[in-house]
Amino acid sequence: MTDATFTGGKEPAKHGLLTLDARTKKRNASEKRFRIYGLAAIGAGVFFLVVLLTAIVSNGIGAFQQTFIEVPVYLEEAKLDKTGNRDPAEMAKVSTFGYSPLIQNALWKVIVDSGAETEFEEGKDIKEMISASAAAKVRDWVLANPDRVGETVDFQILASSRVDGYLKGRVSRESIAQDKNIAAGHLDLVDVLREQGVVHKSFNWDFITGADASESRAEQAGLGVSMLGSLFMMITVLLLALPIGVAASIYLEEFAPTNRFTDFIEVNISNLAAVPSIVFGILGLAAFIQFAHLPQSAPLVGGLTLTLMTLPTIVISTRAALKAVPPSIRDAALGVGASKMQATFHHVLPLAMPGILTGTIIGLAQALGETAPLLLIGMVGYIATNYPEGVFSGFLSPNSAMPAQIYEWAKRADPAYYERAWGGIIVLLLFLLAMNLIAIVLRRKFERRW
Amino acid sequence: MYDSPLRKTEVDTNASKISARDVQVYYGDTHAIKDVNVEILDKTVTAFIGPSGCGKSTFLRTLNRMNDTIDICRVEGLIELDGEDIYDKRVDPVQLRAKVGMVFQKPNPFPKSIYDNVAYGPRIHGLARNKAELDEIVEKALRRGAIWNEVKDRLDSPGTGLSGGQQQRLCIARAVATEPEVLLMDEPCSALDPIATSQVEELIDELRENYSVVIVTHSMQQAARVSQKTAFFHLGNLVEYGDTSQIFTNPVDPRTESYITGRIG
Repeated sequence: MTDATFTGGKEPAKHGLLTLDARTKKRNASEKRFRIYGLAAIGAGVFFLVVLLTAIVSNGIGAFQQTFIEVPVYLEEAKLDKTGNRDPAEMAKVSTFGYSPLIQNALWKVIVDSGAETEFEEGKDIKEMISASAAAKVRDWVLANPDRVGETVDFQILASSRVDGYLKGRVSRESIAQDKNIAAGHLDLVDVLREQGVVHKSFNWDFITGADASESRAEQAGLGVSMLGSLFMMITVLLLALPIGVAASIYLEEFAPTNRFTDFIEVNISNLAAVPSIVFGILGLAAFIQFAHLPQSAPLVGGLTLTLMTLPTIVISTRAALKAVPPSIRDAALGVGASKMQATFHHVLPLAMPGILTGTIIGLAQALGETAPLLLIGMVGYIATNYPEGVFSGFLSPNSAMPAQIYEWAKRADPAYYERAWGGIIVLLLFLLAMNLIAIVLRRKFERRW
Repeated sequence: MYDSPLRKTEVDTNASKISARDVQVYYGDTHAIKDVNVEILDKTVTAFIGPSGCGKSTFLRTLNRMNDTIDICRVEGLIELDGEDIYDKRVDPVQLRAKVGMVFQKPNPFPKSIYDNVAYGPRIHGLARNKAELDEIVEKALRRGAIWNEVKDRLDSPGTGLSGGQQQRLCIARAVATEPEVLLMDEPCSALDPIATSQVEELIDELRENYSVVIVTHSMQQAARVSQKTAFFHLGNLVEYGDTSQIFTNPVDPRTESYITGRIG
C-alpha cells in the first residue's frame, strides 16, 4: 500500500502545480474511496447497534411492567387464625390452600361489584386470572402483620401471565383458542375491570429483586437471586484473578529471565485467552466438582471457573500496561539505588495502574456475561427461590447467574418468559455499561503523564 | 568545606576511584567492549567520547551495573571501586548504585512532586530520621543541582512540569541526594538547549569538588570544556586515555586525531 513504488525509470512528465498529474489524481481517488469505505463500515456498525438496542429495548421493556389486580381481601379470622390469639407459629400452619379461597371470593366480589356479565361462577372458575403466587404473597403479608386478621385489606395481586400478556398485546382471543389456562370470558372480565382501574400495569420491582419461578408462573419470576449469584461469582473472580494475574504479570514482565520456559509460558497465556469458554467449564467441572468435591451449582465454583477464564485477559492487559511504562522510569529508580522490587512497586506499578484496572474490569465484565462454563457446572436450570441466608451460603449454596438465568428463561415455553429474557438482557447490559463506565472513570483518575 | 585549602590539595592528588582492567562486555554474541583498561580518578571529571555505537555508554553502565538489567549482557574482567570488585558475588548492585549515582540522557523525573523526586533516594536508603532532616537533604541536593532557587516555592508541583533543562538538573539533584561517591552521566545535555547545557556544565564543574564524575558526551567541545581526563572509544576499544588537554591538542593515536578533527565519526 505504498505509493513509493519504482516508476520504471521513466522521467515523470513536467507539470505545473495548478494541474494535477495522473498519479496524483489516482492517489486522491483511492484516498477518497478509502474514506467512503471507512464511513460505510462505521455506518453499518452504528446501524446494527441501533437495530440491536431497539430490538432489546422494545422486547424487554415490558418485563419491567407487570399487571396487577387490586383486590380487597377479607382476612377471615375463622380460616386464618382459628385460636384467635394471633400467634404467628399457630397461623403458619394454615397453608396457601387456606388463602386461595379467600382471594378467589374477594376477586368474585370485585367482579360482581363491577357489574360485568359473565358465564363464570363463583369459585375456581376465575382463578386463572390471578397468579398462582397470589396466595403465597397474601400469606406472607398476613404472617408479617397478624394483627390485621379479621380486616379487609387491599392487595395488589399479580395477574396471571396470560392476563398480563393480554394487556401487553402478547395474548389475544385468537391466540388462546387452544389454551386451557385461560378463556375468552376471562379477557372480557379483564376488559371491564381494566376500564374501572382495578386491573392495571405498574412498575415491577419484583422483576429486579425477585427469584426465579416455576415454568407456570412467569409473572412471578425475577432476576434478584441470580443477580446475587453473579455478585458472589464476581467477588470470587476479583479476589482471585486480580492478585494472581497481576503478580504473574509483574513477575513475567519485570523479573523473569527471557528463556525458552518463559517464552513457552507467554505463548500459552495467549493461547489460553483464545480457548473457548466452554472448555473452561468442563475444566471447572472436572477440577472443582469431580476432583475437589466442591458443591455443584455454587457461585464459588462458578467464580473459580470464571477466574481461570479471566486470568489470561488480566495477565495480557497487565503486561501490556507494564510494557507501556517507559524504561527510563525504571532506570531512574535503579539509578538512585532502588532495588528491582522497589522500582517496580514504587514507580512502575502506579504508572501501570490505569491499564491494569481497565483490563481487570473488562475481564470481569466478560466473566459477568459468560454463560457457557456455567452450563457445565450446573448453574443453569437451577431454580433458587430464596435469597442465600448469608455470605457463606451465598458462595456455597446452589444459585444461578444473570446470563444463565436469561438463557434459562429464553428456552422456556411460555412466551411470557421470552419477554423476561429480553428484560434480563437489559439489566445485564446496564451492569456491563456501569462497569465500563467505572473503568473509564478509574482510568481518568489514575492516568498520569510522564 | 568546599573552600578548605586542604581539600583543594586533596583534589589535586587525584587518587584512583574506579579501576577497570581487561573489561570485556558481550551482548549475546556481540563483543561490545574489548580489553578496556582505565583508571578513573577521584574528584575529577572524566569524559568518554567517541562515535555512536562505540561502546562508551555501555562501558559507563558497567560501572554501576545498570547492565545487569539486560539479560543478554555479560561482563568479564575486573572493575574495582576503591579496591573492591563490584562484580563480586557478594556485592548487592543496589548498594553499589547508591554509591555510584547515574544521570541519564533523557531527563527522567518520576511523575511525582519535585520534593518526592529528590527525597525518594534518601527515603529508600534511610538517610533521614525525620521530616526535618529529609527537608534538609532535599534542599541541599537541590542547591547542589543548582535548581533550588527556581523550584523552592513549588516543591509540591510535579517534576515533569519543569522545562527540559530544569528536569535534567532535578535529575542531577536526585542523583546527588543519596550522597554518591561517583556520578555517571550518560549524555546529560543531549536533550537540552545551549543555555540549559551551559548551566548543567557549570554544575558539573562544581560537582567535581565532591564527586568523581564520569560523563559520556557526543560533543567534543563539551568534553574539552568540562573534563580533566578524556577517554576516546572506537568500535569497542579504548583507543586513547589521557589528560583532556593532551587528547585534544596532541593525540597519540591517529584514530583519535581523525575523530577530533572531524574526519571520522
